[in-house]
Amino acid sequence: MNEKDAQLLENTFKKFYFEHFDLLHVPENPELREFGYQKFNGGMNRHITLKSDKDLHLLLMQNKPSDVYCSNACYRFPNLPMSEKDWLNADLIFDIDAKDLRKTHLVESSLIKCSDCNEISNLTESCPNCKSTKLTIITLTCAECIKSTKDEVKRLNQILIDDLGINAQSIEIFFSGNEGFHIYVPKSEYQEIGSKERGEISDYIMFRGAIPETFGFKRFNSNKSSLPKFEDDGWNGRIAKQLYEKKSNRSKNIQEIISGGYNLFQKRLEGFRDTIGIKIDPNVTNDIHRVFRLPGSINSKSSLTKIFVDDLDKFDPYVDACFIDDEEITVHANCPVKFSLKNKKFGPYKNETVSLPKFAAIYMICKGIASVT
Amino acid sequence: MVNLGSDEIIKYPFLDEAGKYLSDKGFSLEDFASNPDLKKIVENAFERITTAIDGRIYKSELTPDSASTTNETFSFLIAVILLKLSGMNTLTRRFSLAEARRAEKFLENDLKNQQNAGNARLSLQILQELFSVTIQKEDEYFTIPISDYLKHSVNFHEREWKLINRKVRHGKVQLTSHETVRLVRKELDRYIFSKINSSSSPEMIQGFEPYVVKLKSLAKKFEVKTVESTEYPPCIKHAIEVLEKGENLSHSGRFLLATFLLNKGQTVEQIAPLFKNAPDYNAKVTLYQLNQLSGTSGTTQYKCPSCEKVKSQNLCFPIPECDPIINPIQFGRKRI
Repeated sequence: MNEKDAQLLENTFKKFYFEHFDLLHVPENPELREFGYQKFNGGMNRHITLKSDKDLHLLLMQNKPSDVYCSNACYRFPNLPMSEKDWLNADLIFDIDAKDLRKTHLVESSLIKCSDCNEISNLTESCPNCKSTKLTIITLTCAECIKSTKDEVKRLNQILIDDLGINAQSIEIFFSGNEGFHIYVPKSEYQEIGSKERGEISDYIMFRGAIPETFGFKRFNSNKSSLPKFEDDGWNGRIAKQLYEKKSNRSKNIQEIISGGYNLFQKRLEGFRDTIGIKIDPNVTNDIHRVFRLPGSINSKSSLTKIFVDDLDKFDPYVDACFIDDEEITVHANCPVKFSLKNKKFGPYKNETVSLPKFAAIYMICKGIASVT
Repeated sequence: MVNLGSDEIIKYPFLDEAGKYLSDKGFSLEDFASNPDLKKIVENAFERITTAIDGRIYKSELTPDSASTTNETFSFLIAVILLKLSGMNTLTRRFSLAEARRAEKFLENDLKNQQNAGNARLSLQILQELFSVTIQKEDEYFTIPISDYLKHSVNFHEREWKLINRKVRHGKVQLTSHETVRLVRKELDRYIFSKINSSSSPEMIQGFEPYVVKLKSLAKKFEVKTVESTEYPPCIKHAIEVLEKGENLSHSGRFLLATFLLNKGQTVEQIAPLFKNAPDYNAKVTLYQLNQLSGTSGTTQYKCPSCEKVKSQNLCFPIPECDPIINPIQFGRKRI
């Protein structure tokens, strides 16, 4: 990022933090957490300890960070190097991101940036300027993507409650600040389990590694198979609904499934992983040393804020998580598609200098499709 | 502490309560070498070890009379002494595994046998006290909190132990009595092994020597020699191919490739050029990350992820040669 852009973002983010200290709090047991931050064009600073909200606000004012993080884990010595921190426990966390849900990118909300010549254009398979295939896809505001991530969050919540026995009241949902949601389960019975164990929970939620026997399919005596019922708990019930659609179809469908054989059933189960497995990012859930974006902080990939979501259905991230002001500024924009922010429509801009509300200009700079003139 | 009757002492001779029974009897080790009545116990102890070495389970007579309790319990103790005197870790490992399997059978029967409330309660108590596993009986199943289940099951490689392949409801996993006991087999083995390992080694006792010599020679057959081919496993070949084509290799793919090559003895400088074609290549970042992985910049040297982990990241492309391995680093290693 060029120096002028970085400076504008730094000042804008700092202003946001100064005006919204109320959104930024250290989590419970701050003295046991590791904090970290990145500066624009800078590396990661980790192993920081903060004791109070005041310490946090001071860090934001002094360092003007692009992104701020806090560990989901608690350590006895959070400021020491990783091997000496003495890990105590970690909140169970989940990341659901639109990038993991889409099968294809939507032409109306995506564009490409060529890694070789920096050309920005509408979604195509190769750069229209230099034909390179080394492309970065940039996604802009997309109501459909948010809708599908919300649906996924609801499905995850149901599994957390029904299968994992987590109390609904202790599940906290945050908008990630870009195009997804972060789900926290603090203080659960899973607080002290390690990374491998969390990997098993991820696989369970994602429906990975299921075998036909789990659903009553007998490999060597398939006629004696006892396939799941609609009213079964957990994945058995969910799979029953996928297999038969209607209760009345069960016996007819069972015959078909058994005559199809073990291997075919295994393939069907693998197919269900893509359709009904929850699309969490397992790397996030399995990582017990992660520094995770701090609630209330700005995500520099978009300039939107990671914010607590009280009512998921009503929540609109492109309105509720955009806190940058609407003072007019001039930028050079190259954005071949339209996008919508704070209920206003912007673009397309064809390599042109435009005057825009600051929130839209900053959003585009963060996305790498605009620059200070 | 668990309160044991004499038949429980025979079943679980490694528990502290069983040790107390032994100390109450007041025999010295020399008595076993010299007293003809007790010599039989030394022979039984030796047989107990050789049975374990053969991978079989030592059969006990569960007669709660004083003589069989003494014989059964002491044969365990003397077996431990013989193993300590031989100093052969490999035999101790086999012995503790076989003893764990033996105790497992008793535990399972006691769990199953709900008519005998005392036995059932004791088995649940053993599971709770030794392994901190809270098991409850619910209808025809035993249930265990998911977090407890995972602590034990994550080390199993069989797919049926994956959480996804279990009946899960309201934070609990349903298990049969067999599965409940199978779940703690490793810990039971580890518990017995560590008890043996932490007990002090006695001086050689006359009369025990011939058994110890035999054990030492038995241990020789377990020495293993291996050869290793230089061919890369398919997951690593795939990772290299992706990079060579200039396509994006995921973070976990890069981690796999780098840790594999580092573990095979390549240097950071030898590995770094492989990443040159990556769409987001940055020489400084690559070197920094490789140094982190190799442990040169930090204190941890990262290990190559297991096959299971690689599979879960969709980076595994198995071929028949992959069947016996659980970590890519073992690929091509053969016993001779």
